[in-house]
Amino acid sequence: MIYRFRLSLFLLAGLLATTPAFAQELSGTLKKVKESGTIVMGIRESSYPLSYLDDKQQPIGYHIEICNKIVEAVKRELEANLKVQHQPVTSQNRIPLVTNGTVDIECGSTTNNEARQKQVAFAVTTFVTNVRMVVKKASGITSLSQLDGKPVATTSGTTSVQLMRAHEKGKNVNFKEVYGKDHADSFLLLETDRAVAFVMDDNLLAGLVTSSKNPQEYAIVGEVLNIEPIAIMMRKDDPAFKKIADDTIRGLIKSGEIEKLYNKWFLSPIPPKNVNMNFAMSETLKGLIKNPSDAPAEFYNKK
Amino acid sequence: MKYHWNWGIFFEQIKYGDETYLSWLISGLGWTVAVSLASWVIALLLGFAIGTVRTTPRTWLVRLGNAYVELFRNIPLLVQMFLWFFVVPEFLPRNLSLWVKQEMPAKEFVTATVCLGLFTSARIAEQVRAGIQSLPRGQRMAGLAMGLTLPQTYRYILLPMAFRIIIPPLTSEFMNVFKNSSVAFAIGVLELTFQARQMQEDSEQGIETYLAVTVLYFVCAFIANRMMAFIEKRSRVPGFIAAAK
Repeated sequence: MIYRFRLSLFLLAGLLATTPAFAQELSGTLKKVKESGTIVMGIRESSYPLSYLDDKQQPIGYHIEICNKIVEAVKRELEANLKVQHQPVTSQNRIPLVTNGTVDIECGSTTNNEARQKQVAFAVTTFVTNVRMVVKKASGITSLSQLDGKPVATTSGTTSVQLMRAHEKGKNVNFKEVYGKDHADSFLLLETDRAVAFVMDDNLLAGLVTSSKNPQEYAIVGEVLNIEPIAIMMRKDDPAFKKIADDTIRGLIKSGEIEKLYNKWFLSPIPPKNVNMNFAMSETLKGLIKNPSDAPAEFYNKK
Repeated sequence: MKYHWNWGIFFEQIKYGDETYLSWLISGLGWTVAVSLASWVIALLLGFAIGTVRTTPRTWLVRLGNAYVELFRNIPLLVQMFLWFFVVPEFLPRNLSLWVKQEMPAKEFVTATVCLGLFTSARIAEQVRAGIQSLPRGQRMAGLAMGLTLPQTYRYILLPMAFRIIIPPLTSEFMNVFKNSSVAFAIGVLELTFQARQMQEDSEQGIETYLAVTVLYFVCAFIANRMMAFIEKRSRVPGFIAAAK
């Protein structure tokens, strides 16, 4: 009976020349999600304001909101009521967890680059960060070329030091690099005068400065060492799932909703401390909102 | 699992520069060995001194030794690293503090070596104490009765015997030093774990990276084990503990 009902629906669908999900052979993430009835969202615990936990330990943020829209679209596509499970990930384990199937969609702060595209796929870029440095205003430093012989902090497991060496202004400068094990530690190196500058993604630096003891003591300065497109991450070779994600984001762009989301998370006070990141949209991101793209970082940093 | 394997990654160039990933790992291995051996020297010297002191009849020395061991044994190694690196310099005079934080040569290496050396010395001190106390009381008494002073009794009778007894736990400790040195990445020593994190971030070939690092740590610890086994064999006294075969 059910079979007949489905069959008739199938025929009806064919007649209406639409393509509902069950008319196609499901594959990849959509198939997995449909069968398990659960979609697993990879989240970050402290990537302000893209993806982090609020005071009730619930994931919130700019990318979380975008991901929720994508999940809604997946539900519509599958015509199923999916359970959404949140899986905290770190910058070390996020790619393995996506490739091995633990996480279906990673909504964090992952740079889309060529090396990663060998392992995973990215939705169209939703945020862009510039690698720059934060210094104490009192030091008077405004450029890489002033860092000769000075200790410069960065976080282990990131590639900022190589970026500094590769930059034309940094070529003849002899840095003494010092490393923190995470961004909070690296900022501590600057705060306690172990380093005179800390090189990292500017949105992360803005977040660290805003939540520091004396935000007015610090300034984000200097050359842009790298432009990094940040995007929502998913498994490779899964065009059906990527299409839903991309279409959802394009829809948000078309309706102007993406700008509203950006203003909400980057230009207004956000929980838990009700601080305003005051982080204006970069020119690169403005361009990407006109012409959405999933090009890797290398595309924006041609030498 | 759709993992993109690439075992050739070690010979590829890093993203911004002309080194290969293999050269990163090799320089990391160099620092791992340097931190481990340097802290092992500190640990042996201090460990033997404090362990010995804890078996002497001087009560105040014993208490001091006990306090030392408990202090370094009861705090996690990672926390000790942070204490030495971030907290201790803040208590120094302003100028010295700035010098330690900015000018001191190889400050991460020095801090990590001192920290790991002291941590391990507490564990060795405990083993040395146990080794000396496992000797029959008669040995100490005989030494003193023969007219040897207390230091002479330790130097010629008790310590040579105790050292042979504790070679097996010392072997474990020597291997531990190599494995524990991985914690030094947290204060920015460019050792093997640090380079592994860099390489995994730069290359996105995490599985190959960590498998290679696993093998390198294993080889280090295994060489340490064989060296100690050699010392154990060469220092064996026939008829004492194990009969010579």
